[in-house]
Amino acid sequence: MIDSASLLAVLPELILTAGGLILMLVAAFGGDGTARLVNALSVLTLIVAGVALSCSLAHGPDAFDGLVRADAFSVYAKALIYAAAAAAILLAPRFFSTDSALRPEYPILILFTAIGMGMMVSAGDMLTLYVGLEMNSLASYVLASFMRQDGRSSEAGLKYFVLGSLASGILLYGISLLYGFTGSTAFDGIAVALGDGVGKGELFGLVFVLAGLAFKISAVPFHMWTPDVYEGAPTPVTTFFASAPKVAAMGLTVRVAIEALGPAGLDWQQIVIFVALASILFGAVAAIGQTNIKRLMAYSSINNVGFALIGLAAGTPAGVAATMSYMAIYVVMTIGAFACILQMRDADGRPVETIASLAGLSQSRKGLAAGFAIFMFSMAGIPPLFGFWAKFLVFDAAVASGLTALAAFGIAASVIGAFYYLKIIKTIYFDEPTGAYEAKGGAVENVILTACAVVIVLGYLLNPVLDQASAAAAASLF
Amino acid sequence: MDGFPILSLMMAVPMAGAIACLFVGANSARWIALIATLVDFVLGMALWANFDQSGGGAQWQFQEYAPIFGKFAWALGIDGIALMLIALTVFLMPICIGASWNAINKRVGEYMAAFLFMEVLMIGVFTAQDLYLFYIMFEAGLIPMYLIIGIWGGADRIYASYKFFLYTLFGSVLMLIAMMWMVHEAGTTEIPVLMAYNFDPHVQTWLFLAFFASFAVKMPMWPVHTWLPDAHVQAPTAGSVILAGVLLKMGGYGFIRFSLPMFPEASAQLAPLVWGLSMVAVVYTSLVALVQSDMKKLIAYSSVAHMAIVTVGLFAFNQAGIEGAMMVMLGHGLVAGALFLCVGVIYDRLHTREIARYGGLSINMPRYAVLFLFFTMASVGLPGTSNFVGEFLALMGIYQASTWVALVCTTGIILGAAYMLYLYRRICYGEQVNADAAAMPDLSGREIWLLAPIAAVVLWMGVYPESFLKPMRPDIRALEARLAPAAPAGDSKIKMGAPKPAGEAHEEVHHEEAPAHGEAH
Repeated sequence: MIDSASLLAVLPELILTAGGLILMLVAAFGGDGTARLVNALSVLTLIVAGVALSCSLAHGPDAFDGLVRADAFSVYAKALIYAAAAAAILLAPRFFSTDSALRPEYPILILFTAIGMGMMVSAGDMLTLYVGLEMNSLASYVLASFMRQDGRSSEAGLKYFVLGSLASGILLYGISLLYGFTGSTAFDGIAVALGDGVGKGELFGLVFVLAGLAFKISAVPFHMWTPDVYEGAPTPVTTFFASAPKVAAMGLTVRVAIEALGPAGLDWQQIVIFVALASILFGAVAAIGQTNIKRLMAYSSINNVGFALIGLAAGTPAGVAATMSYMAIYVVMTIGAFACILQMRDADGRPVETIASLAGLSQSRKGLAAGFAIFMFSMAGIPPLFGFWAKFLVFDAAVASGLTALAAFGIAASVIGAFYYLKIIKTIYFDEPTGAYEAKGGAVENVILTACAVVIVLGYLLNPVLDQASAAAAASLF
Repeated sequence: MDGFPILSLMMAVPMAGAIACLFVGANSARWIALIATLVDFVLGMALWANFDQSGGGAQWQFQEYAPIFGKFAWALGIDGIALMLIALTVFLMPICIGASWNAINKRVGEYMAAFLFMEVLMIGVFTAQDLYLFYIMFEAGLIPMYLIIGIWGGADRIYASYKFFLYTLFGSVLMLIAMMWMVHEAGTTEIPVLMAYNFDPHVQTWLFLAFFASFAVKMPMWPVHTWLPDAHVQAPTAGSVILAGVLLKMGGYGFIRFSLPMFPEASAQLAPLVWGLSMVAVVYTSLVALVQSDMKKLIAYSSVAHMAIVTVGLFAFNQAGIEGAMMVMLGHGLVAGALFLCVGVIYDRLHTREIARYGGLSINMPRYAVLFLFFTMASVGLPGTSNFVGEFLALMGIYQASTWVALVCTTGIILGAAYMLYLYRRICYGEQVNADAAAMPDLSGREIWLLAPIAAVVLWMGVYPESFLKPMRPDIRALEARLAPAAPAGDSKIKMGAPKPAGEAHEEVHHEEAPAHGEAH
């Protein structure tokens, strides 16, 4: 039975759906010339949907008999997702217009992924989860190959599609196993069934579900697609992939782990610990040899996911809150870093992606160089930048729940990661200039870059707000 | 000065200067930096003047507290130990800016900004009363120092900057985990509370080792000292001054503020480890210093040896030792800073640090030779200079704990005299074999103004150390009391026997008075 409360609880999704469909018609009838208009209207739609989150929260937490959850957790994650999606739309026009690839489909596809991601983080049932995930994925495959004439972009799309389908299959297999052995696809139903001990079949289901989800958050050992897709996809799309879907997939993983698989905590904790440490180590070591900045950011995202998972490994409300805070700070850092990367253009305005081309940037473009330095030091987790606080929170949660050895190992591995971030700063600040970049960046890029940099530098003042929001989000899962 | 946030102001002034420097031209940046550091110096002296040294007042003064960061707070406050280190910082900073006046001519604004930011963080480290605030300040210093070494350093600067950064970062992160554990255990992030908290002695060992990893690297202690010679050699002159003068003191400050009072049992248990490493450092690095052909490297190795005297003094667990360690830190901060400035003076003229490229400078640079000789003697520990007081007290302190350690470490003084005098002989005496070195002009007015104040303070500290010991004494006494239950029994304690004839008893009385000697100045 569909009641009005349920509909109001999914109001943000309804707004996004209606907005996306209308804009698609605008694009279909108006042609490519409407791209900038559609861009602006898409951002507006995301803002309206963001405002509607408060309405969603008021009519939660359960909607459609528990299929959808509109709780503090989903609202927190969606706020992040919408903000990141809006940033990805705003950053795009300048990039695509140089290749005259500016088309209105881009923002519309992002709106559709946003709907999918919203469903992922508010799923209360394995099937809602799967539908949301696929909705997000399908739009993402298209986005990855958005530059049709570019071979790398098509390759990225294809790789993403093939491996993504495989992961979806694994996930679906896991879901079916869980359903078969617990008799329910609802999260709370599964949790009840797991409460009386975890059987072999249930364990298998759990492992397959986590494997499928690990693919979506690109955690080791299911990370192989990430560097290729990040490198091949157009840079604004990479910006998007590195931010919003990461939040959605992480939110989904956390919710499944806590709400559905909570009673099997001891079983998945080992998996999460392994995946976390493997991601941290692999992400750090493999990034060292990279020469392409987008590839490097891919390994960086693998590395960051590892850190975020440490909060989940703790399995406590504080740990979940830490993971969610981590994702918030990570999104700001990532978007800021990509706002810098998008400004890497040679004198003719063509995008450049090699790290070597950054040499001596601090002497030609001081502001851009400072931006890079701030985001790289922040990702390396060096205080006083906000990235340190993200790492601090997850390790603090791990220590609080007795995982001191995990925390010590993880933090020691973060030193390896610091090396490749330092390498970029070294290239920018210590090396002699080689080729020149174009004289100044786009206005939108600079505004986003500055906003992110301010948050990263003065972020500690946001601590009380962030702590409260993430604690409320975490509390709604327990 | 009640309620006036002077400590925050001391951080705000250089911070504002740093931001301003980024947006102005080279010359304005120099003046902004100089004025900001001088203002901070004046504030620092005001701080000292208003500090209650009577010992009857509160241990923590000028406290500020603002819980604006959620899990931790902007909590500041100083005791006498911190006061002295802050005074050292604000004293050396204007000198550093002056030393860079002409030597740095590319990207001056960024350079000055990095230095001023460094000053903010150093004052932050010494004033932080919140464990996490301390960590943030402690760790953030890596960023400006990395840039200073990497941008304005010598030929091998990139390797040195990486090594500096990664070594110190690796040391610190384990400390962070220990801090988290402590905060969860004790339920507070306030340093004064944690200093009085009794952690389980079994856990203390682990906590101590985690902190030790950080402070030993920062200090630096043998065998994790190897980043220091590289960093020193490659850093610009002022970078070396601030590195030797203040940054190394963060390690000693860490021991005195965290390791000793928070983990007294573990400190006592692991003291032999510290002693052993220090003994090796004193002898080994002194010998290494003896064979250096690069002036800066030689002074860098001598810093490692001097810092080892600091650690033995600290781990003597008595007042003389700890007071001595503090005095060595202050004295070494001045003298090593001055020696790096002396190297900088001739490096600016000839652009080489090879000792063999100089010689006979006392002929064409007499004023330079006099000042250089003075600082050489101070580094050797000549009575009447700052280092004598510190080394004497530290060795006297360790003698009460372990005579063997005292014996080995004292050889460091002799070796110190050897390598410093050998260095001085090769640079200032002998034939003027190199024509270009013989043609160098004597000190300019600016250079004299950089070195003379340090020389004056070094003398002051050597002749009347009470000015510097008095503010610290109550805090060190409190620390000694905190350590007393755990302090290891010394091997030089007098065994009280049955009363004996007056002539023999005299010797014993003399020995017992020895620890009180430091106060008698």
